[in-house]
Amino acid sequence: MTKFNLNGRTVSVHCPDDAPLLWAIRDELGLTGTKFGCGIGFCGACTVHVEGRATRSCITPVGGIAGARVTTIEGLDPEGTHPLQTAWLELQVPQCGYCQPGQIMQAATLLKDYPNPTDRDINAIMAGNVCRCMTYVRIRKAIKLAAKRTRGEVTHG
Amino acid sequence: MREGVTRSGSHLFPAFPYNAYTKLTDDDLKALYAYLMTRRPISATVPSNTVPFPLSVRALQEGWKILLFTSGRYQRNPSKSDEWNRGAYLAEALSDCGGCHTPRNSLGGEKTKEAYAGAVIDGWIAPPLKDANPSPAPWTREELFSFLRTGASPLHGAVGATMTPVVRDALALPVVPDSDVRAIAVYFSDMDHAGAGAGATTREALATSDLAIGQEYDADADIYAGACIACHYNAGPVPLAARPELAFNNALTLSEPTNFIQVVLKGVGSADGAPGLVMPAYGSSLSDSEIARLAAYLRRTRTKYPPWSDLGEKVSAIRRESAASY
Repeated sequence: MTKFNLNGRTVSVHCPDDAPLLWAIRDELGLTGTKFGCGIGFCGACTVHVEGRATRSCITPVGGIAGARVTTIEGLDPEGTHPLQTAWLELQVPQCGYCQPGQIMQAATLLKDYPNPTDRDINAIMAGNVCRCMTYVRIRKAIKLAAKRTRGEVTHG
Repeated sequence: MREGVTRSGSHLFPAFPYNAYTKLTDDDLKALYAYLMTRRPISATVPSNTVPFPLSVRALQEGWKILLFTSGRYQRNPSKSDEWNRGAYLAEALSDCGGCHTPRNSLGGEKTKEAYAGAVIDGWIAPPLKDANPSPAPWTREELFSFLRTGASPLHGAVGATMTPVVRDALALPVVPDSDVRAIAVYFSDMDHAGAGAGATTREALATSDLAIGQEYDADADIYAGACIACHYNAGPVPLAARPELAFNNALTLSEPTNFIQVVLKGVGSADGAPGLVMPAYGSSLSDSEIARLAAYLRRTRTKYPPWSDLGEKVSAIRRESAASY
């Protein structure tokens, strides 16, 4: 049994220690916002936060996050109004949407580390999150919009 | 504690580090005894030892001692500061740092002439602690203090393997105060000759951070871009603590790729490394040849050292050993 904190509440799962965190989140705990993509840590669809850091849950063993604080897309913001989420809606970023929870979780780490990211920073930190619908252009725009809002340079309305 | 002899008079195996404890002061030994005597006694059977014959003959340990053991208290170095001497005492007499970081001879004795030159322990390399260590950034006392206190430092990365319990338990608060950890840092940073500033090395290392972003048409860089750069990327003049900069990491600069391969295969759990940080385990997603290519790519682009040899075979061997140990 592994105990950890998921989106602010303590949970325990019974899968083996070497089972992927993604299995525990989706199948045992029933939160399906986090997606299964490639299963080998190369597409980013399964990205969650462990102690605030973007982490690929499909290859992170449950045993490795015992006691840690895990956040999924459902827990990024209690109202679903994280600056990235509102920017995403406003710019209509998703097409099919499958990779987007992972994109947003990765982008949240990016903004925390680099509140005023350059294109190069975005290229680097988002490089491991792929999108088959090619929404990259809108992802970039939305990250920059959210960054500006977070820095207080643009207000709503 | 001082001579490696049990109550009944037989010789202890040197797995019990009396070679270090012999250097303890009378006062500290008395304090240890007083503490142990406050524990509630329990009845326990000593596990039978698994040392093969003839090494299992305890009387033969006397010969080992004659060859490889010197009894005696810690000798203060009067040319050094009190803090340095405190650090040396803690490192030599109590913490037994050399137990892992000093190579051993064929009889299992520490090679005293090669003290702290680095050694293999449990499938990982305990890196050299002298100026021979290949870390690009010097182990200043601040870096070393941060590493020993928290499990990570910005210019050297995170703790792992058998060093984790050293940081998390043996040297942890509230038992070991900052002043003692700082003293150990003073002792080893002096040994590392870490006086020089880290400015130029930091700039050089950070200049490699955004390699693999662009279209380099390099299949090895693509592995890095897909799996690693999302975390291991730094912009700006100093690396962020939560984004370990690989150009600084001794997993890439050691003469063997052992530690790099171990970390990639197994990842870093929440108990290891910097507090709260985890790294996924790529053992199930990268093949031996992909890990070998990744290792070769990073060694080539992030360090000034010659390529590692036989990478594919080394990855396979470490994967086999890890699988066997589960």
